Amino acid sequence: MSTTMLLTTGSRTVRRTRPLRKRAGSVVLTFITWVLTVGMFFPIAWMVFTAFKTEKAAATNPPTFITQLTFENFEAVFDRGFLVYLTNSFTASVVSTLIVMVLAIPAAYGLSVRPLIRSTDALFFFISTKFMPLAAIVIPIYLLLQNMGLLDNISALSILYVGMNLPLAIWMMRSFLSEVPGEIIEAAQVDGANFWTELVRIVMPIVAPGMAAAALICFIFAWNEYFLANLLTSTVARTTPPFLGSFVSGRGQFLAVLSAAATLAVLPVVIAGWIAQKRLVRGLAMGAIK
Amino acid sequence: MTATAIRPGRVENDGEAPPRRKVKHALTRRERKGLRLARALVWPALAAAIIITQIPFLVTIYYSFQEWNLLRPGDQKFVWFDNYATVLTNGAFLSSLLATVVIVGVSVLVSLVFGMVLALLLDRKFVGQGLARTLLITPFLMMPAAASLIFKWSMLDSNVGMVNWALGFIGIDPVAWNTDVPILTIIMVLTWQYTPFMMLILLAGLQSQPSDVLEAASVDGAGPIRTFFSMTLPHMRQYMELSILLGTILLLQVFDPIAIMTRGTGGTKTLSYLLYERAFVGLEIGEAAAYGVLTVILTIIVAMVALRSLFKIFTTEGMR
Repeated sequence: MSTTMLLTTGSRTVRRTRPLRKRAGSVVLTFITWVLTVGMFFPIAWMVFTAFKTEKAAATNPPTFITQLTFENFEAVFDRGFLVYLTNSFTASVVSTLIVMVLAIPAAYGLSVRPLIRSTDALFFFISTKFMPLAAIVIPIYLLLQNMGLLDNISALSILYVGMNLPLAIWMMRSFLSEVPGEIIEAAQVDGANFWTELVRIVMPIVAPGMAAAALICFIFAWNEYFLANLLTSTVARTTPPFLGSFVSGRGQFLAVLSAAATLAVLPVVIAGWIAQKRLVRGLAMGAIK
Repeated sequence: MTATAIRPGRVENDGEAPPRRKVKHALTRRERKGLRLARALVWPALAAAIIITQIPFLVTIYYSFQEWNLLRPGDQKFVWFDNYATVLTNGAFLSSLLATVVIVGVSVLVSLVFGMVLALLLDRKFVGQGLARTLLITPFLMMPAAASLIFKWSMLDSNVGMVNWALGFIGIDPVAWNTDVPILTIIMVLTWQYTPFMMLILLAGLQSQPSDVLEAASVDGAGPIRTFFSMTLPHMRQYMELSILLGTILLLQVFDPIAIMTRGTGGTKTLSYLLYERAFVGLEIGEAAAYGVLTVILTIIVAMVALRSLFKIFTTEGMR
């Protein structure tokens, strides 16, 4: 600030110094940005690095930066039956996401493209179910599943994830569908195309990117879900998050194995999220922004 | 003008099928058919939502009027509001409510501020912009259970934690984060996870600013700080509201870091953790159900306020 004050003696000096100051400021801002970025990403980078260390090297103070890398932690994780949990997570996430999309796409279409009296009420209802804390419904569900012998059952968990993700998917799909130009649909109707042709051939290709984003977000929420999975599964249907949670009671040195398990657990979602990051924004804002 | 109000109009204006007869509900056959179809399309989803989320909640309300401990199976009886009287007077509820408000409130506000700073920094052209953005969103994609474990054992551990090691350079003695300041550790994890979420929404807002207006401001001699406060901030208001609303909805249910890091100790027992403890450790079904119902009532109060503005944001489509 003060330097410019001193330099603004003549208009020529101003013109010469401003760009230079601007460039210096820009470099400083870029530097700050990168420092913050590295700081935010550090826990993840350190987790991945720790996963490749030996247990001994992982638990040193001061931390070890140069060490022999090893795959033994990943082997140990798989020895603990990790593949089963990973498969369960995958099943619950994929099955629930598929059912959600099959229910949500027609519903969102009915709510946005086709006329429906009281569609605002229906939308209001759908979004309000998202405000319901899972804790408020888990007791009857637990007792019911217990009576039916469906505790520790991956299908039961998948169905619950449908209920959890459905409102979100409907809201997102509605937002994407409302952008399909009305003329396109009218043209199809005038041509005598029936409803399903209209939906599958004309509307779906237009909203395909939005559908992918909605499906991805449902997948992410199901994959990361801990509360229900922890309560309703134990051995057969246990998914990755509660398995990770079981490290809490770990005794002795376990930091490297824990890091390896956590790395494997977050990898699918992180990679998918990186690939779809641009569309993710709109999905996360439930379609409220572009 | 709501989006949903525009849609029905389209069919009415459809030149193909003008309203021929002026009956009570001026609907043509085709419109009625469309309506039937729309209902048929919405019903399966509606039924699924009702069966999976609404019926269990009604059952929870029913349970909340019962004295019922799973350890004494034969002893189940209807007690009206006794459970509510118990939970409202035993102090656990109020302290849990306080914990929830503090944890959610502080986490949402701090992530909003950090998210804004990062969004402003990212909204410039610089080397590796795309990479920085990719790295910055990663904490939000991270599984909360994994994030909690990594923070507990790898970042904030009192012996081998990286945070204590880093603080050592500026002469701060090791802190036993998990045991001495549990509430802060929870807020740290949540802030770390939700800052990217806020950042993404705010960045979308910044990028939707019309650039010619900003240029005009710059030509008129407004400095960057003045431009930020008189142009950018008003434009960003609705985006900030949106991120606060969505952040609050997501965080009100927070459970994972508490179950994994602190187990509800040191003022971190949020409502969902309290309910979990009463139901699945104490096996007091009736009492836990009462907590559940109270949680929903509180959430509804927050949600009604939030939902109204949320609905306004969505339906006016002011952001498009």
